[in-house]
Amino acid sequence: MTGGQVRLAGVGKVFMAGQPPAPLRALGPLDLELRPGEFFAVVGPSGCGKSTLLELIAGLSVATEGAIEFEGAAIGGEPPDGIGVVFQDDASLPWLDVASNVAFGLRRTSLSRDERERRVRNVLRMVGLADFASAYPAQLSGGMRQRVCIARTLVMQPRLILLDEPFGALDQQTRLLMGDELLRLWRETGATVFLITHALDEATMLADRIGVMSARPGRLVDVVETRWPRERDSRIVERAEFGAITARLWKTLREESLKTLGQAGAGAV
Amino acid sequence: MRKVVVYRVVVVAGIVAVLEVLCLTGVIDKITMQAPHLIVRDLWRMLASGRMNAAIAKTLNNTLAALLLALGVGIVAGALIHRFRGLRDTLDPLFATYYAVPVFAFYPFFIVVFGLGDTPQILIGFMLGVVAVIVNTLNGLDRVPPVLLKTARIMRLSPTDAALRVTLPAAAPHIVTGVKLAVAYAFIGVIGSEFILSRGGIGYEISFAYTNFENATMYPLILLILIASIAINALLSRWEARLLARRGLR
Repeated sequence: MTGGQVRLAGVGKVFMAGQPPAPLRALGPLDLELRPGEFFAVVGPSGCGKSTLLELIAGLSVATEGAIEFEGAAIGGEPPDGIGVVFQDDASLPWLDVASNVAFGLRRTSLSRDERERRVRNVLRMVGLADFASAYPAQLSGGMRQRVCIARTLVMQPRLILLDEPFGALDQQTRLLMGDELLRLWRETGATVFLITHALDEATMLADRIGVMSARPGRLVDVVETRWPRERDSRIVERAEFGAITARLWKTLREESLKTLGQAGAGAV
Repeated sequence: MRKVVVYRVVVVAGIVAVLEVLCLTGVIDKITMQAPHLIVRDLWRMLASGRMNAAIAKTLNNTLAALLLALGVGIVAGALIHRFRGLRDTLDPLFATYYAVPVFAFYPFFIVVFGLGDTPQILIGFMLGVVAVIVNTLNGLDRVPPVLLKTARIMRLSPTDAALRVTLPAAAPHIVTGVKLAVAYAFIGVIGSEFILSRGGIGYEISFAYTNFENATMYPLILLILIASIAINALLSRWEARLLARRGLR
């Protein structure tokens, strides 16, 4: 397993839960390698540890076993430089206008003021919010606020972008369009993208590879290569392979989801 | 003008008109109260003559000192208490019962320790205001969305930066409520202390005038306090409304 931008080897997470507290395995052990510049999506049943996995890679949480590396350096509970995260919940800062939201992370960099402003302008244009630079998040729709968060991540020029169900709160049409935008941004930035999603069609449409997670404790039970061309958009849903890939994902996921439904109270180490 | 503002003006004007009539017809005698128009006239004369400037300045300075102290200590203490669960669990019951303690009971003690200067009055104003600021800061910090805290970590902000740039601004609407209460409490604390034992300030002047049946001084000063409180509160409410509107909360 060499050459991966992100490498997870035997990664697991065990929480203490219940009364009296008892160890509860939430994730793993799990091995995974992300290739530089690829779009990797993860699907899995509810509560299987998808978000836990993302938080471990982001350095927001510490694995209780195994090792995680980003560009060869170990990640250990502190977010490393070069990683950006877009969360499902609205993370725009309501007291700042759009431009200030996007520029938020740039203040701690050594970039000149001109360079910071140039980057903000470029990213706002990229996400289609150039005309809303002075608007406040409360004046924007949910989709636009999510684009503010994406812009705030992109402006830092991360080499790895982690997305935790970023379109989960949006309607189906907006999700498809946001998916197109995400694909365009992915191509333009060249960053590696790691997407957590519930939606099989979204994963199939966007990703180069899709990891299917088992019921808790989440492990990768299948990794599907879509083999889509890099130049693609939401019209890919019309292809016959799209249905075949989604069906394959569902076949695996259905079994795991059924396990989740019958799992109440199980999962103790 | 909005309807509610019109109603407010009508209610106040109605009360003033009733008082005016009661005073002019002798139902309320002159020893008890001046007619409202005379109160306004005397306030104008008092302010124009400048004879109360020292007292007004003393009260405002002490109130401002008590307020700034309550805000500074209250916000920092609130942030620290929020950070340490054990400390929070220990202090929460004390905060809940704090306003059952008559803070003015400490005034003689403060005079013994700090003398008859401004310090005891500032301390009383501070003591009344600080817990309101702490409690509202805690309320605000409790309601900061976890996703914003994660964002601060992803942006690799230092704990101080995260507090100043994310958590405190996110908690601002609640902190503003604390500021409003602290302003009111600082006024009450300082003016109340001046009533009890002091050598100056608006409270002292009102008390002195009351003792000497000087209604022409007492009522204008009471009116002055009313105007100042309402004006400051209105300004803070405007600020709060702007803050909430910007966040889509009003």
